Amino acid sequence: MLSKRIIACLDVRDGQVVKGINFEGLRAAGDPAELARRYNVEGIDELVILDITATLERRRALADTIRAVARELFIPLAVGGGIRTEADAAAAVDAGADKVSLNTAALSNPSLITTLAERYGSQAVLVAIDAKWEGDRAAVYVRSGSTPGHRDAVEWAKEAEDRGAGEILLTSIDRDGTKIGFDCALTAAVSEAVSIPVIASGGAGTLGHFVDVFTVGRADAALAASIFHYAETSVHALKTHLSQRGIPVRL
Amino acid sequence: MIALIDYKAGNLTSVRKAFGALGAQLFTPERADELASADAIVVPGVGHFAATKTLGPEWIGAILARVGEGRPLLGICLGMQWLFEGSEESPELPGLGLLNGRCYRLPADNVKIPHVGWNSLAFEHRNSIVDDVSDDAQVYFTHSYVAPVTGDTVAVTSHGSPFASIVQRGHVAGVQFHPEKSGDVGLQVLRNFLSMVF
Repeated sequence: MLSKRIIACLDVRDGQVVKGINFEGLRAAGDPAELARRYNVEGIDELVILDITATLERRRALADTIRAVARELFIPLAVGGGIRTEADAAAAVDAGADKVSLNTAALSNPSLITTLAERYGSQAVLVAIDAKWEGDRAAVYVRSGSTPGHRDAVEWAKEAEDRGAGEILLTSIDRDGTKIGFDCALTAAVSEAVSIPVIASGGAGTLGHFVDVFTVGRADAALAASIFHYAETSVHALKTHLSQRGIPVRL
Repeated sequence: MIALIDYKAGNLTSVRKAFGALGAQLFTPERADELASADAIVVPGVGHFAATKTLGPEWIGAILARVGEGRPLLGICLGMQWLFEGSEESPELPGLGLLNGRCYRLPADNVKIPHVGWNSLAFEHRNSIVDDVSDDAQVYFTHSYVAPVTGDTVAVTSHGSPFASIVQRGHVAGVQFHPEKSGDVGLQVLRNFLSMVF
């Protein structure tokens, strides 16, 4: 049976892992390769490196950070942040990324999804959607959550799939960094609308939140950062908890 | 030296890196005749079966000749599917035909397709490619097409329905998952392949 994946996200700025609340108020959380090593030993299923300032400052994702993490890890590694062109994606892949995550660039230039899917395969193309509730509609935001994308999150996820995306990384801006739980309604709405896997992100605070997002939220994978970075819980403890509640995981 | 076949179906960095971590150096032949000196052959690949079109009769002939001389061959993901007679993904293209059967699309029976993530292995029988791989091991998959379960199937994985996740016939082996992305279990499978070579 296919396991539900637990993915650790390393939000990287200037070669250091940082994590903020509601995309702001960053504080340092450690060396990326060091954290990656620890998560791998604990049984993390996948890693995401997000160069969080890349889009705003128009910098490319840090190839050195990717190389340092990819050198010793033999699990899937996705890289996002500042990937605007095919050349940016190629640089990330050449440095050791298995998947690239497109966000702002995918929305402004959707054909980039298809271009990359044709070059590397759909499995290598992750479309990241940052969404925020506006009434009863989940609205897409871009540029690190600062700018309205003028799109409905569910519709955009379906279009991304049609254009060749292999997975959707769905982040709730409302929940990001709050530790009050994943947005299960948002996750379920997107997961039911597409046939590709949906990775839920934003709001993890307790082990129970992960149970909720895999059951109520119908997520295929869950991504978290701060809950792991500050050793509030280990990946192994989380997976044991999930397994005891009948959720298939890799132990 | 082990030849890593590059037919532009995805990125070879991870495969090269994983073999490198085990002390094995791989070379990427530019011409089919370079295979004559290869100790073994690895065919990786992700994506569409049509990508194997790049490997025309010249490459197929060179690979089959080397395998005929007893050199080990490992197919990974699409490379494993290519070991079979063909695939319904590109019905007009022949596979290597080293293993019997044709590949097909995994039915979407209440499961998401593509099959992405870590899944378990149910062993049909033990063979050298899975030495020291435990019964509860999980490995990383990402694919939509699969190979049929036949007498050459070493392990079966289920996603809606069962398919061959590891195959071996003599010194020809294949894995549907990505050993280069499957942690310690994946490295053990690559180590087992190297044991067949050296």
